[in-house]
Amino acid sequence: MTPASSPQDDGAIAEIISQIIEGHAHLEGPLLPMLHALQEEFGVIHEAAHAPLCKALTITRAELKGVISFYHDFREKPAGKHVLKICRAEACQSMGGTALAERLLEKLGLDWHGTTPDGKLTVEPVYCLGLCACAPAAMVDEKLIARADEVRVEKALSAKNIGVSA
Amino acid sequence: MKDFIIPWENGTGIQDDIDRGTPAKMGKPVTLTIDGMEITVPEGTSVMRAASELGIQVPKLCATDSLEAFGSCRLCAVEIEGRRGTPASCTTPVHAGMKVHTQTDKLRRIRKGVMELYISDHPLDCLTCSANGDCELQDMAGAVGLRDVRYEAPKNAPLANHFEARNTSGEANPEWLSKDDSNPYFSYDPSKCIVCNRCVRACEEVQGTFALTIEGRGFDSRVAVGAENFLASDCVSCGACVQACPTATLQEKSVIEMGTPDRSVVTTCAYCGVGCSFKAEMQGDQLVRMVPYKHGKANRGHSCVKGRFAYGYATHKDRILSPMVRESVDQPWREVSWNEALSFAAKKLVGLQQKYGQKSIGVITSSRCTNEETYLVQKLTRAVFGNNNTDTCARVCHSPTGYGLGQTFGTSAGTQDFDSVEKSDVVVVIGANPTDGHPVFASRLRKRLREGAKLIVIDPRRIDLLETPHLNESHHLPLKPGTNVAVVSALGHVIVTEGLYDETFIAERCDVDAWEDYKAFISDERHSPEATEALTGVPAAKLREAARAYAQGGNGAIYYGLGVTEHSQGSTTVMAIANLAMMTGNIGREGVGVNPLRGQNNVQGSCDMGSFPHELPGYRHVKQPEVRKIFEDTWGVELDAEPGLRIPNMLDAAVDGTFKGLYCQGEDILQSDPDTKHVAAGLAAMECVIVHDLFLNETANYAHVFLPGSSFLEKEGTFTNAERRINRVRKVMAPKNGYEDWEVTQLLANAVLKETVGKPWSYAHPAEIMAEIAATTPSFAGVDYTVLEEKGSVQWPCNEDHPDGTPLMHVDGFVRGKGRFIVTEYIATDEKSGPRFPLLLTTGRILSQYNVGAQTRRTENSVWHDQDVLEIHPHDAENRGLRDGDWVRLASRSGETSLRVKITDRVSPGVVYTTFHHPDTQANVITTDYSDWATNCPEYKVTAVQVSPSNGPSEWQERYNAQAEQSRRIEAAE
Repeated sequence: MTPASSPQDDGAIAEIISQIIEGHAHLEGPLLPMLHALQEEFGVIHEAAHAPLCKALTITRAELKGVISFYHDFREKPAGKHVLKICRAEACQSMGGTALAERLLEKLGLDWHGTTPDGKLTVEPVYCLGLCACAPAAMVDEKLIARADEVRVEKALSAKNIGVSA
Repeated sequence: MKDFIIPWENGTGIQDDIDRGTPAKMGKPVTLTIDGMEITVPEGTSVMRAASELGIQVPKLCATDSLEAFGSCRLCAVEIEGRRGTPASCTTPVHAGMKVHTQTDKLRRIRKGVMELYISDHPLDCLTCSANGDCELQDMAGAVGLRDVRYEAPKNAPLANHFEARNTSGEANPEWLSKDDSNPYFSYDPSKCIVCNRCVRACEEVQGTFALTIEGRGFDSRVAVGAENFLASDCVSCGACVQACPTATLQEKSVIEMGTPDRSVVTTCAYCGVGCSFKAEMQGDQLVRMVPYKHGKANRGHSCVKGRFAYGYATHKDRILSPMVRESVDQPWREVSWNEALSFAAKKLVGLQQKYGQKSIGVITSSRCTNEETYLVQKLTRAVFGNNNTDTCARVCHSPTGYGLGQTFGTSAGTQDFDSVEKSDVVVVIGANPTDGHPVFASRLRKRLREGAKLIVIDPRRIDLLETPHLNESHHLPLKPGTNVAVVSALGHVIVTEGLYDETFIAERCDVDAWEDYKAFISDERHSPEATEALTGVPAAKLREAARAYAQGGNGAIYYGLGVTEHSQGSTTVMAIANLAMMTGNIGREGVGVNPLRGQNNVQGSCDMGSFPHELPGYRHVKQPEVRKIFEDTWGVELDAEPGLRIPNMLDAAVDGTFKGLYCQGEDILQSDPDTKHVAAGLAAMECVIVHDLFLNETANYAHVFLPGSSFLEKEGTFTNAERRINRVRKVMAPKNGYEDWEVTQLLANAVLKETVGKPWSYAHPAEIMAEIAATTPSFAGVDYTVLEEKGSVQWPCNEDHPDGTPLMHVDGFVRGKGRFIVTEYIATDEKSGPRFPLLLTTGRILSQYNVGAQTRRTENSVWHDQDVLEIHPHDAENRGLRDGDWVRLASRSGETSLRVKITDRVSPGVVYTTFHHPDTQANVITTDYSDWATNCPEYKVTAVQVSPSNGPSEWQERYNAQAEQSRRIEAAE
């Protein structure tokens, strides 16, 4: 989830992209594994990767756009260092998830998809984390938070050195 | 699309226009009951289609019969006895004994609920909407009885819809997207979109371009292109998405401007040799739009940007509508009456014959005009002028096809219908660029390639077909221009020496002596890919792979274009191709064959109609007295037994002073024929040049008489496409110039006959001309307008033996009896690159423009291609210090011109490529007068050239443009 590499020149980026594409070309249905690997490497799906992906898979720009835009986790712009996801699906809504989200966003001074000025945190909505029985749910990076409330979420954030102001 | 009732369908073979929801299937008959009525349909048919065949239209939105079922709208739910739930009738195949109910209380409630949700996110502006009266959403709201929409956005709250730009407080709605008007012919209005996916699927399944997608998911789902707008995207503007759209989301701009059409006439496109059937949708005598006709057997409901949208030339301001004359070409034109123009022309022609002899004048027929018109033009020279000086632009494109296939198979035509490609396993494309030149065929081919067929492309350039989305195995043999015979013979060498030939087929169907000779010849090591590699530039290993793929891959079909014929060995390559097909047994059934892709709508027809100086209609030599007798009896005149002059001979004779007068119908030889300077000199030396055309074309710069022509929308007749299919052309409006073209030729003939006191012609309708063709030409014996009305179209031969026409040729045996192998020795062209001219120029077409561009340049198609550019490999560009977009001087031994360069690795080093659509470029100033040894077809595809930086247009271009401007003046009316 975090950008692994420092700024690189275009040539080096192109080289990494082509290595990633080649490395997954043998798979059946290789597009999603390639996209995951690219996002893992760069934190985003680089636009520089679009043409080589299309060429390698004999797909068009439109088809690639359709796939990338379908999955919210594939990014065009880099996210903050950490990502907080708050569930907005039905079960969580009925257990106070909406109110929780509103308060957290207000405290962080962010709107959905916003990133803190220090670049430490991005907040995203998510539609079901599979924890309906323990709603409302949230997630900080890869760590799930069940029966989420402000205290539990803020605790998880402070573990990443992110303070939540009042 | 409006479901028009086609006026003449009742009681004839022409089918209705109803959208049956899902495509037709082939399969064993299955009987089921729908709403109490029994119906039998092929296995695999959807319940929706079966119901439609009973006359029951199940409500639907995401289904249309050009696309496979998708099952997303849920409006077509039905109930099936013994099954749970309410399955979608589009995705449910029929089963024997199934009992279906399409209307129940439960279904009614479901459909109303679905429609209510759709309408909750759709503007209710039907009365001012461009699709009013032609909207499936509107129809379905009516069909399900929707009376109320309960979902309403709360006041002053953020909007949860896609169609309102602002809420009541004036805040912008982030979900609202503005219209995309970037395409010149249609607009995309996202606010009307119901995300049924039909456009995306049409782009994929029908066109094969994959330019559209659904972006996002859930409520955010939007139809999108892969770039910032339609024009910048991969979209080729074929119109399939517009046709598939059930709402006003994707709509023709002409409909937005004019309103919906009220009637429809089925006719045939006048662009390339695919010969697509279209419905000309009209309001009175105004054309609103052209929509591909789904029962058209060449196109099966598909179209390209030219046929679908580029018809604006027919009403362009440049079109000349009154006859004009002048004594000499430095004078301005004088508009005169038809009578004056015709008598002026007739007197001149008769005077020339008296002064310079009977053979001093001639005609050029057009591959753009109808069969009937062409027949009359060649009849004019043979029966009225008394000589055989007739030729056609097919001379400069497919004359080697006629010769080559005639010698080997016995007929001068392609062997298959277009449907055949659906059964091909390996498709070889030689010297053709179907995605640009024959786009509708290319879409059908691409569909087969996506299904797994292999592709072999033999072309100096990496054509778009090789970049087909979801292409499977493909081979590209990028040969040096001019080495076709060496490459095709090397394929033959591999097949013969590796024992991959079909011995049984050869023994049964071919001349065995000729085969033995050929086998001995081709087995020689000098034809091997290894021996020819240095010459052709094709790696031997790649060539061997391709040969094996063709010989062993199942049904192998060969399609070729002008990259084969327009060479000094054009006829030899055609014969080499025929050899390949015969030795592998790929002739005489579906999925195989040898198919020339004809450049123009009626090249096939113009050749059939006796346009060539040595052949009477039906490819019968003028030397044969028994053939001449048929026409002498019909026409009541004696015919010349000597073949007449070919176009190049006419021009040579003109320069020599023995050929003085020419009637040129619908053809621009100055722009289309090789060595422009020589053509100009020939025309300038003539005393009476009569140009019969829509526009003052380049040839008209040297004309003395201009007879205005009628467009394909303004006349009755027939075109014959590349699969020998005779299609009807129907008049949808009165000729703007006053006469259909066949009438003009008749008037000219009668004006001459008046001078010579001959018996005038008296055809009242093209049907009478076709009757004369049928009576004189055995392969057309069964063709008449009644048959064409009944069947929609027929493929010749159509006669007593083949009353329904002939989709596949050579099924039980070759037309000539035994297929004949002919040895094909490679002889290099005299046109060679050297130190002064180190590069080889080859030419071709682009999708949006058509040939000399007389029509397409006068449409919005020029947004895609406003000038010809020279493609050059990065290495060659670097050596010359060229950057992308630079002006360059392109020079050959014949002449020079200037144009801009495009740097690309589509062409190999040493090869440059350009199109010839713009008269400013004058690509044919460069081409030489080398031509095919058998047929004189010019060698357009190979010219040794040099490319160097330049500042702008060459001196010749500037001089030419000044002359053209001078020559196009029309005297002001008094």
